[in-house]
Amino acid sequence: MKRVLVTGYGLVTPLGCNAETVWRRVCSGESGIRLATLPRTGQLRSKVAGECSDFTTDGYMLPHEAKRLELFAQYAVVAAIDAVKHSGLDFNQEDRERCAAIIGSGVGGLREFETQHTKWLDKGTAARISPFAIPRMMPNSAAGHVSIQFGLLGPAYSISTACASSVNAAADAVRLIRCGEMDIVLAGGSEAALCDLGLVGFSAMRALSERNDAPAQASRPFDKDRDGFVLSDGCGVLVLESEEHAKKRGAAVLGEIKGCALTSDGTHITQPDENGLGAGRAMQKALADAKINASDIDYINAHGTSTVLGDLAEVRAIKRAFGSAAYSVAVSSTKSQLGHQLGGSGAVEAVLCLLAIRDGIVPPTINLENPDTECDLDFTPLTAKERPIKTVLSNSFGFGGHNACMVLGCY
Amino acid sequence: MADTKERVIKIIADQLGKDATEINEKTDIPNDLGADSLDLAELLISFEEEFNINIDEQDAQNLVTVGDVIAAVSKATN
Repeated sequence: MKRVLVTGYGLVTPLGCNAETVWRRVCSGESGIRLATLPRTGQLRSKVAGECSDFTTDGYMLPHEAKRLELFAQYAVVAAIDAVKHSGLDFNQEDRERCAAIIGSGVGGLREFETQHTKWLDKGTAARISPFAIPRMMPNSAAGHVSIQFGLLGPAYSISTACASSVNAAADAVRLIRCGEMDIVLAGGSEAALCDLGLVGFSAMRALSERNDAPAQASRPFDKDRDGFVLSDGCGVLVLESEEHAKKRGAAVLGEIKGCALTSDGTHITQPDENGLGAGRAMQKALADAKINASDIDYINAHGTSTVLGDLAEVRAIKRAFGSAAYSVAVSSTKSQLGHQLGGSGAVEAVLCLLAIRDGIVPPTINLENPDTECDLDFTPLTAKERPIKTVLSNSFGFGGHNACMVLGCY
Repeated sequence: MADTKERVIKIIADQLGKDATEINEKTDIPNDLGADSLDLAELLISFEEEFNINIDEQDAQNLVTVGDVIAAVSKATN
């Protein structure tokens, strides 16, 4: 079985689109959450959001090319271009039939759906719906455009397991590389759900924070005053490559994906299993896949979305999977700074995990002022901590009862 | 008429990311400008919205050059 290495990455987040900048801001405890700037924000119950205001397609694609892509697909192509540049890969030198793209998304082109449907309702039978409506809306368009960008000839597909999408995508990529079917997979996830329909829809589920008077404090995982997650946009793309291939071309190795696992709660479409059974199993299986013990994990990048139910279920799952080691491992949720980028979050967090390993820094859980009584693990509240980190567990859990866990390590 | 020509060329140039000075009545939209079927469908919508007209389905099938578009727009506005 081949080992799977990370040789490049690219990010789009509310704290910037350059990985080093994002990492510095996350570690310094900065929040990327602001009042949403949507035209109808005033009418929304939850008005806080993590918009990627630094994002631009300038220098990556021409304006008339960019308009063929929905925002989430633009994020994916731009992050993939950065990731490939970072990796030093030149696909002209590669067997492109052995190169794939797997890009997850929770909701795909929701904004486009809203725009075109509004046009249809406003103009009635005379509506002139854009011929780009469907190609922009389809959730697989991100993977399709990434494969087109580099002329990749292996499989390209999207994975939609809500907030578990991008770790799910990486897990699929790992399998394709391990068994020798692919040399290189561009894997990750992208989300741009910040539109009226996205905010209203998640709000209707009572899933979103309504701390509109203090946006930067709205995302407060594990805090007793948390009141829901903050919807954010963003994307992460990793260049995953077989050890053999990376060595042959003399690539700089940024880390290794040592193991991953997927499970389902099999209980409810939105509520996590309250005892964290499915999530705990995913963590245990990811450790087993990496052939390590819970005590070998130095840091857990928690799913930690800042919802009452989700955070509790995750704490119980960590205790279940880690036993007594749960109390010695460093844990934090970088959603406290970035909000919840849904299908993009896992890949963004994977990059932060690699940087945590590189620098020996545990990024903080900001806004964690008064931990919920049951949230009694070492959540790295408020300020980053220095600590040698060799191996990290990253958790992502999604509506639908999807659990995806990944173990990353230094190479 | 001159106004129609200018407006048509501007729409095509903007939408396809081309320089308006490189486009004239003889320009073949798919072959010279690289427009695909989706571009053509979107251009049609843009012409209809710009001039507040409906271009006949049959006429729309036969639009190849910029001159064809100007003629179809003129026909529909009369």
